[in-house]
This record gives sequence, structure tokens and C-alpha cells, in this order.
Amino acid sequence: MPILTGLTDALIVLGCPESSVQTAITLYLANKLKKEKIRVVVAGTRSAVNLIKVSDFERNYVDETVDLDRCIEDLAEKRIDFDLCFVFVHKDAGISYLATMHSISDAQLFAIISGGDAEAFESMVDFECEKIVAKTSHNPIPLKKRIDQVITWDV
Amino acid sequence: MGCIEETKYEVILKNTTFKECRDYVRNNFSEFYQVNPGYRMFDVYIIGVPPITIGVDGDYVIFPYTKPCYGTFLLRIHGVDEIEALKKAQ
Repeated sequence: MPILTGLTDALIVLGCPESSVQTAITLYLANKLKKEKIRVVVAGTRSAVNLIKVSDFERNYVDETVDLDRCIEDLAEKRIDFDLCFVFVHKDAGISYLATMHSISDAQLFAIISGGDAEAFESMVDFECEKIVAKTSHNPIPLKKRIDQVITWDV
Repeated sequence: MGCIEETKYEVILKNTTFKECRDYVRNNFSEFYQVNPGYRMFDVYIIGVPPITIGVDGDYVIFPYTKPCYGTFLLRIHGVDEIEALKKAQ
């Protein structure tokens, strides 16, 4: 389903930084969102966020990075929210964060599911959520292709 | 913002899944409560797939605590005020 135009901000929730594809896909997705003039905020652990900060040193793609726990707190307390929310899922914890975002945010939700257990994780998502799934751990191209198929704009 | 590491906690299960934590609490504690993700306890916000099941054992609460890299831990922490809040929230 095409995404509505006129949206102003998006949150990308990072999982464990050991996922090889995560940083590359985050920057690719952020670039795609920035072209639509959508402000991109990335939340993650210190290591995951630092990977983004170093990779996007001059902030060409990501507007802001935030600590994951702080982001959860601000969403739960309704101090912030976003139009779009993308959550990386490559471990069981990712499903927990995805379900939490579904519960505490009104954003249109996307799950970016990858890794050897991608199909198993996909089957765990039984709530409203757009799933971007590729059984890949190191090669970002299958996820990139799925993102290009799913992230289209309603013109 | 609170930090679980600052409390005196016992790890019942570690590097586990949200489902195993839910099953463990239901199978091992006669008193338990269900909360939604984002529920605040010990000054942290509970992460998980609803319904999140929190057990009560005397003056202790048993609840899942999730970190991105290490999965979900089932923790046991002394928490009289938290038990009172759980009962009021139902």
C-alpha cells in the first residue's frame, strides 16, 4: 500500500548492531525518506547508534539519533510520536520492540525482518504491520529490493 | 531515567524469549497480572509482546526485561509498591 504524502517524520528503531545489513539498510531507507522531506530519527543502543553516526558523519541522511531506552520512555509518556516507524527484527528481542512500538505509538508501522530465522519471526507478527522480509544476514540487496517494493509514495 | 542495574535483582531466566518468560510466570506463580508494553515499573518501561505477564511471589515481582542484544531476562525484584500499582492497574 503506498504511503501517504505530506508526512513529516519517521523513526527507525535499530536492533542488535551485530546484524551486518542493519546500518546499510538504515542509511538507504533514511535517504529514501529524506528525498520525501521526511525528518529521520534513529533510535538504538549506543553501539548501534555510533555505527550510524560514523557512517553518516555529516548527517546527510539521519537528522537525529536517540538512545533507545529514552525513546521508549518518551513514546510511552506520549511526549513524542512519529508518522512512520520502522523496526529492525533479527532476534527475538526485535519482536518485543516491534510489538511495543505497535502498542505505544500511533505511527504507521513497518517491520524490517532479516536473518536466518526471518520466516519464523515473520510468523510471530500477528498485528497490523507492514512486513519487509528477506532471509539474508550479510547481503543488504534482498532487503533493499523489498524496501523499494514496499516503500512507494501515494502521488 | 531509571536503570534496573541499580536495583538488587535475581535473574530467573536469561537470554530467553518473551514467550518462555510468559509461560514460566504462568506455570510457576499462582498470582500474576497482565500489562501492556510501555508499562512503567522500577522506573523502566516494560518491552514485550502483549499480554506481558508479571508474576507476584510474596513481596517480589517477576517480570521480563528485554535488551536488544541479549534477548529477554526474567527478573525477580523486591517491590511492594510495584505490586500495589499492579493491583490498582487491573
